[in-house]
Amino acid sequence: MSPRTLNQRGPDIGDPPPAWRRISIPLIAVIFASALPTMLPLIANSPVVPPMGLLLFLCWQLLRTDIWPIWIGLPLGLMDDLFSGAPIGSAVFLWTFASFVVHYFAERLIWRAFWHDWLIAAVLIAFIQTISAKLSHSHAPWGHMLQLVAPQIIISSLLFPIFMRLTAMLDKFRLKRG
Amino acid sequence: MASPANQRPGQSRKAQNSLFTAYVIAVTGAVGGLLLAVLSVADPLGFAHLRIAAHELTAPVARATRQMIGSISGIDDNISAYVHAGDQNRRLRSELADARRQLVETSALQEQTRQLKGLLKLQETDKMGIANGYLLTSNSTSTKRLALLSIGRNMGVAAGQPVRGADGLIGRVLTAGPSVSQVLLLSDVDNVVPVRRARDGLPAQISGSGYGDLDVRTLNVANNPFRPGDILVTSGIGGLYPPNIPVAVVIRRKDDGALARPLADPAKVDAVSVLRPYTPSSIEAQAIPETNGAMPDLTAEPAPRAAPASTAQAPATKASSTTATAPRP
Repeated sequence: MSPRTLNQRGPDIGDPPPAWRRISIPLIAVIFASALPTMLPLIANSPVVPPMGLLLFLCWQLLRTDIWPIWIGLPLGLMDDLFSGAPIGSAVFLWTFASFVVHYFAERLIWRAFWHDWLIAAVLIAFIQTISAKLSHSHAPWGHMLQLVAPQIIISSLLFPIFMRLTAMLDKFRLKRG
Repeated sequence: MASPANQRPGQSRKAQNSLFTAYVIAVTGAVGGLLLAVLSVADPLGFAHLRIAAHELTAPVARATRQMIGSISGIDDNISAYVHAGDQNRRLRSELADARRQLVETSALQEQTRQLKGLLKLQETDKMGIANGYLLTSNSTSTKRLALLSIGRNMGVAAGQPVRGADGLIGRVLTAGPSVSQVLLLSDVDNVVPVRRARDGLPAQISGSGYGDLDVRTLNVANNPFRPGDILVTSGIGGLYPPNIPVAVVIRRKDDGALARPLADPAKVDAVSVLRPYTPSSIEAQAIPETNGAMPDLTAEPAPRAAPASTAQAPATKASSTTATAPRP
């Protein structure tokens, strides 16, 4: 073995994972999840597909509150608005609001169990989807809008553990050494 | 799970400042976002270019997945066609016999129609579509019912053009991009279409319910005249949608109207065509000579029932500065 290969700088034990992976994986995951529904050949007659961008965003926030600054909802929400069809700016506002809520609970509840996360996410999804629907159709009555988004809220809440599992897998890859 | 990394900045003035700045950015941005959302409710097309640009990016993937999954479902169809070949053959034979009988009947009617049209000196209006395309994908996560059309300005598509499938009306073009365009589907809550009942020309209007069905309301609210099975077609009143495109079939009566189902399901429709918008000038062009534009609906009903249809169309011609003295049979 030549001295050159011996001296080559490789990953050492204790090295942090490369920065590109630490930073880009969560961002790419959320943006891709926002855009995914418009890449599938699916013509939906009602809003039944879960808001995947929002779900992943909440999962990352709840799993790793400290990876993002509190204003991360502004750019990510804007990306989601471009693909979701809701009025531009609605997710910018609602996702940043969600950030505030998650940060608040991260400081208040010192020991969070999984069902705490689940509950916080479910309430936030219900709130965000309802307000977003109302912002899209401001003249429509509240009752009709609730009826419209209720199936989506239930499906999204039930799918939350799967999305959390997916986020954890991505997080493992993100923090893999070397 | 333990609390994640403590965000309290401690004594460091620099850390305190940066945390404070982050909060200021977040609050300002969120308020700005809310204002933007309210603004784009007032002016829905304000940021349309930004949105269509985003869709231009994802459209190639949508095209690819559609091609892939389309061919997979095609294989499915072929296999089931082999399995059901015997049944299908028998059924098709009987249908063919029926169709032949009907063809003989309609050929007589066709001749009659031709003569009557010649009598009325009707001009065949240009109903040719501008372009044909297919629906690629749709916004499936929000309450807006928007579909992405595979063609855009490159094929002459522009905002405001009606879109129809073989079975009926699909919606209208909301924004046209360079190679894709967004279609506001009939079932969107904000989409209102003036229609009339094909049977007798009763004017009504439909609006989307947001989950696929349509709400039907009459314009004169004396009583509820709808029955399940009523076919609704576009009336052409107010322009935009050309008259006599099939729209929906009534499935259930409600207290204040009826619930209808679109005849063309955007999820199942194969190809759609983009039509020229029906403008008041084309209404006038149609109403040139002595016919006054009050065209009896010859295709929907035989001659004796044509009178109510012509009275229903009278308001459209009235609006276009012609006198509404329709020739009564």
